[in-house]
Amino acid sequence: MEISPIIRIEKLVKKFPMGKSEFTALNGIELIITRGEFAGLVGPSGSGKTTLLNIVGSLDVPSSGEAFVLGRSIGNLTTKEAARLRKENLGFIFQSYNLLAVYTVYENVEFPLLLLNYSASDRKKMVMDSLEWVGLADKIKSKPPQLSGGECQRVAIARAMVKKPSIVLADEPTANLDAANSHNILKTMVTLNRELKTTFLFATHDDKVISYLRRKIFLLDGNVDREEIKPN
Amino acid sequence: MKLAIRLAYRNLIGAGLRTWLNVIVLSFSFVIIIFMKGVMIGWDNQAKTDMTNYEIGGGQYWYKTYDPFDPFSLTESHAPIPEEFKEEIASGEMEPFLIVPGTIYPQGRLQSIVIKGINPRQTLFLLPSHKLDTITEAIPAIIGSLMAKTIKASAGDQLTIRWRDVNGTFDAGDIVITEIFSTNVPAVESGQIYVPLEKLQSMMMMPGEATIMTFRDSEKNRPAVDGWTVKNKAELTASVDKMIKTKSAGQTILYAILLLLAMLAIFDTQVLSIFRRQKEIGTYIALGYTRQQVVGLFTVEGTMHAVLAALLSAAYGLPFLAWMAKNGWTMPIDTSEFGMAIAQTLYPIYSIGLIISTVLILTTVTAIVSYWPSRRIAKMNPTDALRGKLQ
Repeated sequence: MEISPIIRIEKLVKKFPMGKSEFTALNGIELIITRGEFAGLVGPSGSGKTTLLNIVGSLDVPSSGEAFVLGRSIGNLTTKEAARLRKENLGFIFQSYNLLAVYTVYENVEFPLLLLNYSASDRKKMVMDSLEWVGLADKIKSKPPQLSGGECQRVAIARAMVKKPSIVLADEPTANLDAANSHNILKTMVTLNRELKTTFLFATHDDKVISYLRRKIFLLDGNVDREEIKPN
Repeated sequence: MKLAIRLAYRNLIGAGLRTWLNVIVLSFSFVIIIFMKGVMIGWDNQAKTDMTNYEIGGGQYWYKTYDPFDPFSLTESHAPIPEEFKEEIASGEMEPFLIVPGTIYPQGRLQSIVIKGINPRQTLFLLPSHKLDTITEAIPAIIGSLMAKTIKASAGDQLTIRWRDVNGTFDAGDIVITEIFSTNVPAVESGQIYVPLEKLQSMMMMPGEATIMTFRDSEKNRPAVDGWTVKNKAELTASVDKMIKTKSAGQTILYAILLLLAMLAIFDTQVLSIFRRQKEIGTYIALGYTRQQVVGLFTVEGTMHAVLAALLSAAYGLPFLAWMAKNGWTMPIDTSEFGMAIAQTLYPIYSIGLIISTVLILTTVTAIVSYWPSRRIAKMNPTDALRGKLQ
């Protein structure tokens, strides 16, 4: 059976201006992620994992090299095309949840569907399904400030998963959570990965997350240092 | 756009007190601007109506040398009433006035006046000229309340007046004040007395002569008459227009200050929002918005302040404006001394056009002020915004 690459990184370089000089965050990365993987970019601060995640998420562009996501070259996308890629195919989970504070749980999860012009009835079904997955169906009217950190992150997961994206990008998703909540969150993501075949790509240096990853890509100084694959 | 409106509404309502403070300030601007403009329109309307009713009718013919601003022109400004006017005069559609200079002696003092001869049976003006249609030894006269105040006269008082007839001979006689009337038009009150036309013509030895002719119908085409200049209503009310225009210009400064305060609040809110809501902006972009769409969302959000303000204004402003239109706005000081056609109580007039144009102008200005700071979003790096790292 042919393994289809969902993300393909070729000689990717990312430099940031730093005063008069430049800082190289990614230095010629080569990487392939296939559909349905539960993989993570692992490394210390400054290793380039968030930068790589941002480029894969079309929030940033490479300085040189190529990053193909779902066959599309990130560097060559227009602003609108990049926005469309994010809207239709990518889900994001952030360290600090990034929920919209004035919206209820329901409205936060509904938001990506509004952008995709789903009908009201479809939206309702999808939002409730998504909240069922993360166990928050009873909190639809709560607002983020009324929720615990673990609940906020579960809302963020529901928001990322509600449109059933091809790829979910999670940047330090457990950094603000205690151990129990972290495991709950991670188990939820593992289940979603298995049931929906969604590709998960993490950026983390948290051991709890790392223990759940089936593929660990260790980054060091902007390059892939080594990889570990957990046997099934 | 529909989505932006929906999201903007959610964001604004979610922002709570901050939104409502801006909306309240803006709604004050809406109501005050509409009210003040309504007052100006009402004043303009009232001034012109009162001038029509008391002074200018539907327009006038002036004898060629007549100049209301030059008292010295009055001596020479008279001529026999032209034949062309006789028919209209007979039907009451035109009224001749003889206007001559004179002197009145109230309480031993001396005061220059203008003596106006008016047909006691005229119906063209609201002046109580029928009070001149009486038989007394003294010459019956009516005066305005402003004049009565100046000469400290009351109805029934007798006063001596002096005039110089067509031959230059001085003569004098007593008048009896049969009525003191009150108008909002100082030009028909100050420094003048009204006596029966035929009596004045006889006093002046100017039988059948007049200085001005006032006609009722302003629409009728008026032919040129030799020796007489036709003045239409627009010309005769031009001074009111100029005065209202000057007042309006002054008021524009007030509107500008009101608007500036409201816009400052909106601008500050936008700047603060963009600074405080960087993560939110980054999140919108991560979820599939372009930066331009986020600029649009913030602009709609800012603009929606004006929409909410319009709705709030409607809630409390419409009853207030309606009440003012019914009961009027009474001036705190005596307007008779203003020297211009202004009533003691002004009744604002609001048109749909006034309300719509005010709402549109304020909404457009709010949209521009909302867009201005929002442009900064277009330059934001989404990854920095997501982490709230921008300064």
